[in-house]
Amino acid sequence: MVSRRSILKSLGAAALATPALSMPSILRASESAGRVVIVGGGFGGATAARYLKRRNPAIDVTLVEPVDRFYTCPFSNLYLGGLREFESIGHGYDDLTGSLGVTHVRARAQDVDGVAHTVTLESGDVLSYDKLVLAPGVDVNFGALEGYDEAAAELAPHAWKAGPQTRLLKAQLEALEDGGVFVLSAPADPFRCPPGPYERVSMIAHYLKTHKPRSKILVLDAKDAFSKQGLFQAGWTALYGDLIEWVGLSGGGRVVRVDPRTLEVETEFGDVHKAGVLNVVPPQRAGVIAERARVTNEAGWVPVKPRTFESRTVADIHVVGDATIAAPMPKSGFCANAQGKVVAAAIAAELAGESAPNPSWANTCYSLIGPDYGISVAGVYAVANDEIVAIEGSGGVSPAEASPDFRRREAQFGAAWYAAIAEDIWGTRA
Amino acid sequence: MRRKNVVPNALAALALIGAAGTASGQHLTAEDISVLAGVCANCHGPDGHSRGAIPGIAGKPYVAQLALLQAFKADSIPDTTVMNRLAKGYSDAELDALARHFSEIGK
Repeated sequence: MVSRRSILKSLGAAALATPALSMPSILRASESAGRVVIVGGGFGGATAARYLKRRNPAIDVTLVEPVDRFYTCPFSNLYLGGLREFESIGHGYDDLTGSLGVTHVRARAQDVDGVAHTVTLESGDVLSYDKLVLAPGVDVNFGALEGYDEAAAELAPHAWKAGPQTRLLKAQLEALEDGGVFVLSAPADPFRCPPGPYERVSMIAHYLKTHKPRSKILVLDAKDAFSKQGLFQAGWTALYGDLIEWVGLSGGGRVVRVDPRTLEVETEFGDVHKAGVLNVVPPQRAGVIAERARVTNEAGWVPVKPRTFESRTVADIHVVGDATIAAPMPKSGFCANAQGKVVAAAIAAELAGESAPNPSWANTCYSLIGPDYGISVAGVYAVANDEIVAIEGSGGVSPAEASPDFRRREAQFGAAWYAAIAEDIWGTRA
Repeated sequence: MRRKNVVPNALAALALIGAAGTASGQHLTAEDISVLAGVCANCHGPDGHSRGAIPGIAGKPYVAQLALLQAFKADSIPDTTVMNRLAKGYSDAELDALARHFSEIGK
């Protein structure tokens, strides 16, 4: 894929691009086609790692990720609904570190110095880079919702980063008495996975209908409209009757206070609801390393240059995935993957002294309302006038009127999507 | 099997489409095309090699694949789930490049 000539060319470019032309950095550059450090091994970061190596195996790629196995938020709702085993949403890094030659550093990144081009790890070790990719995902914005801090999350899980939180929520659902109420507090935009809270409610409705048919679900929402709303609500009625009640912002749905000990929530209108299981999908912001790298704005998200997803404020730091401000692209795993590929192409080109290719992204988000009832939203995106735009006439949601066979196919395609993207990113072969 | 009936119609339209694609003057470099093709893998598998319910696209004959993409774009395949919504996001020149790109990948 890469000619000898382009590698040779990139050697010179990397040496020139090296921030401080000290002897060690020149020596380092002469050994490789450039040194890229990637922080975060999720949908965006692991994709960037793979596609950088695919584009130019001579690029030195180091993936900084504390875990050996990454559990995905996508499809974690199916685990909650009883349709999947937890391990089926976990993915390792052996395929990336094997023949592709990505170096996996099992550590948490503690700090970034964008001027010195270094990443400091929790251990105190320092990695230097020519290009840095930050793929930190989201962190919970503890403190943005009264009563909801890290200790509260152990009683009223968010389960918005897959892992122990997801298992905790599942255990609580299993312990819920028949007739108990599951309450989900949904945040205002923007947040990771716009259809996620509503797929979660659907999957938990499936679980409750199957195992605890007297139970109810209450969704308290800080907004008046949500992703695929018409499709979700029609599906809820069709599959679950009146099991799910949704209250939007103007109906008093915004939760303003959480009491994790009593599992009570208070809404903007002063109503107090007591839950049997309380799931707070909390306000979010970019993962904390983005703030330490000084690439976030005052709202906690990362502004990027549309063509390359390079930070608007710090050179040679590219950011992908949920941490970025990439609207109209949603904060989805699909988009993080698409952004990871575009960033890999841009970095490989820049390290070779060439200009980045024209970006193009797409999104397809499948949501499962019942085991055989899938819906989707899609979009295609490009850059126009230095802004990310949705291509006019493209995208949109599944038709409001569709046959059971159509919904069944979208459910099957959703599962096939997950298998395909997991192989594309982590090399997982289910 | 519905799909098979659509392809000949779309094939008939290809001559016109080809001309339009050229006339648009959109220049796509090999790198541009590899970026365009990147997102296809998210559902159709790495380099278009699918293992699941979504059809693979690696090694599909160029003419038939382009005809299918154009039929999706024209929304002339009844009961399509998502490819109609996605195909509408690409120019004729881009669809042509994608059909050729995946036709050249070994099955």
